[in-house]
Amino acid sequence: MKQHNSYGDDWAGLSTGQWIALGAGVAGLALLASSRREPRGRRREALKTPGAVRVERVTTINCPIYEVYDFWKRFENFPKFMRHLVSVESLPNGRSRWRAKGPAGMTVEWEAELLEDRQGEWIAWRSVEGSGIQNSGSVRFSPAPGARGTEVRVQLQYNPPAGSVGRGIAWLFGEEPDQQIHHDLHRFKQLMETGEIPLSDGPSLLRAARPADPETIRNLAGVEE
Amino acid sequence: MKANCWYGTRTLKIDDVPEPKILNARDAIVKITSTAICGSDLHLYNGFVPTMKRGDILGHEFMGEVVEVGKGVKNLSIGDRVVVPFPIACGHCAQCEREMYSLCENSNPNAWMAEKLWGYSPCGIFGYSHLLGGYAGGQAEYARVPFADIGPLKVPESLDDDKVLFLTDIFPTGFMAADMCGIQPGDVVAVWGCGPVGQFAIKSAYMLGAERVIAIDRFEYRLRIAAEKAGAETINYEQQDVQETLKEMTGGRGPDHCIDAVGMEGHGPGLLGAYDKVKTVMMMETDRAYALRQAILACRSGGTVSVAGVYSGFIDKFPMGAIVNRSLTIRSGQCHVQRYMRPLLERIERGEIDPSFVITHRMRLEDAPHGFDIFNKKEDECLKIVLKTH
Repeated sequence: MKQHNSYGDDWAGLSTGQWIALGAGVAGLALLASSRREPRGRRREALKTPGAVRVERVTTINCPIYEVYDFWKRFENFPKFMRHLVSVESLPNGRSRWRAKGPAGMTVEWEAELLEDRQGEWIAWRSVEGSGIQNSGSVRFSPAPGARGTEVRVQLQYNPPAGSVGRGIAWLFGEEPDQQIHHDLHRFKQLMETGEIPLSDGPSLLRAARPADPETIRNLAGVEE
Repeated sequence: MKANCWYGTRTLKIDDVPEPKILNARDAIVKITSTAICGSDLHLYNGFVPTMKRGDILGHEFMGEVVEVGKGVKNLSIGDRVVVPFPIACGHCAQCEREMYSLCENSNPNAWMAEKLWGYSPCGIFGYSHLLGGYAGGQAEYARVPFADIGPLKVPESLDDDKVLFLTDIFPTGFMAADMCGIQPGDVVAVWGCGPVGQFAIKSAYMLGAERVIAIDRFEYRLRIAAEKAGAETINYEQQDVQETLKEMTGGRGPDHCIDAVGMEGHGPGLLGAYDKVKTVMMMETDRAYALRQAILACRSGGTVSVAGVYSGFIDKFPMGAIVNRSLTIRSGQCHVQRYMRPLLERIERGEIDPSFVITHRMRLEDAPHGFDIFNKKEDECLKIVLKTH
């Protein structure tokens, strides 16, 4: 379904009047946007590999570190909040098999290995050599000041190979990888803090805010039962 | 079921839509008995809030009977009679733990939209745009209530709907506006706007110890209700110079606290009023801030300006100089309804207030489009409309 591609697309659903109304604020937001863009650009520049994408996002979760760490440690949990993942399956020797939804019903698969696991502090993983899709990720846990819970800092990077698989992985991260990870982390926070990912009747601007059968809503929101 | 749906600026339709089903474990379904039209619904009606979609069900002030609960809801049972707060709040995030429920960090699934406009997202709200969650509203026969173990408050059978319905929004909203002022004995409070929230702000200011409350509006019937039912002194801003009159009425000091219960569609006389009208029509300014500017300039030095009226975007000609040089405190926020519901219910039970004094019209749900029309035009001395559904 095309609308799953990028959250940014949903803005196209605004009516002309709404665009204009939002436009009135654009001057004010432009300043914010330009100051935000800079560090992202810097990060990409530092990678040196052409086409490589690296994103880093942080959130604070109102739960003790060990709870957040324990949940993240089980990679099988990832598809619960990472929209594009179908499954992550644990294999022996710290390895895991990842399956993701690709474009046009395609499934993208790779195998990853655990690089580092410091209890309650840091988990790092990367795709194994020869898996076709080079990607890696890490997550750092630290106590938020003043007993505000746990700061979770996620960093993901991938080097898209040429050809269809490369396009697949690019699709996986969306047109705006930063935004995609940010959104996934919000779901992670929802799940940890409330025990569920709350569904609304009108996810994004994909349909009017009125009741529909649960399956339709779950599909649009990309949330499993 | 029947529901009041938005189809564009000043276009509403009663649609037949599917009944809501449980989507999350902490959901409940409420069979609605009474639901109201809020002044803030008029901002949607008049097209001031972006990210509405044709077919959206409106309404965020509703109550009724619990008919179904998700497996995660342990504190409600089928048959319970509940009032439902308009902010949807999870109860477990840092903001909910601080009782800042309207800032719930988890209840807006469309948080990314709000972040683009406001930096961070507040809570989700029933029937109030996709920016605030895309939740179906309560101007309908049934509604799904997310995080139902946190929001809905059971109300005693001895109090009829009209007495407790406004715990959902306008009574706590008016009360919080007064609460944010930090009223001390002897204080004079001025309230801009004698709509329902303004009326409750007046009543609440007295409850919290104000010596005098002065209400400002241009509709005589609203000023009359403010005087007769809420006990305010009044100023009609079309007949009197507000600034001068307030000065005169307060011995030249100015009111200690000023409450803006108008929000982004304020009307103003003179040059600035015309300026705002032109700019909002041309979409160069999203909100008309006439009342807010006046409240800031009228407030005594060192006083508080409390903003209960809804603003959604950007305003011009904001008198920052007055705020800085006269040590004014600005306070605002969508009401943290869950924080106020129980204590305010107790005030109703003790007979300190009967919130039904604001009701001027009772209609059937099917008449909601007509209700919006007369409420928007301030026709037929309309102050508050309650829709009866079952």
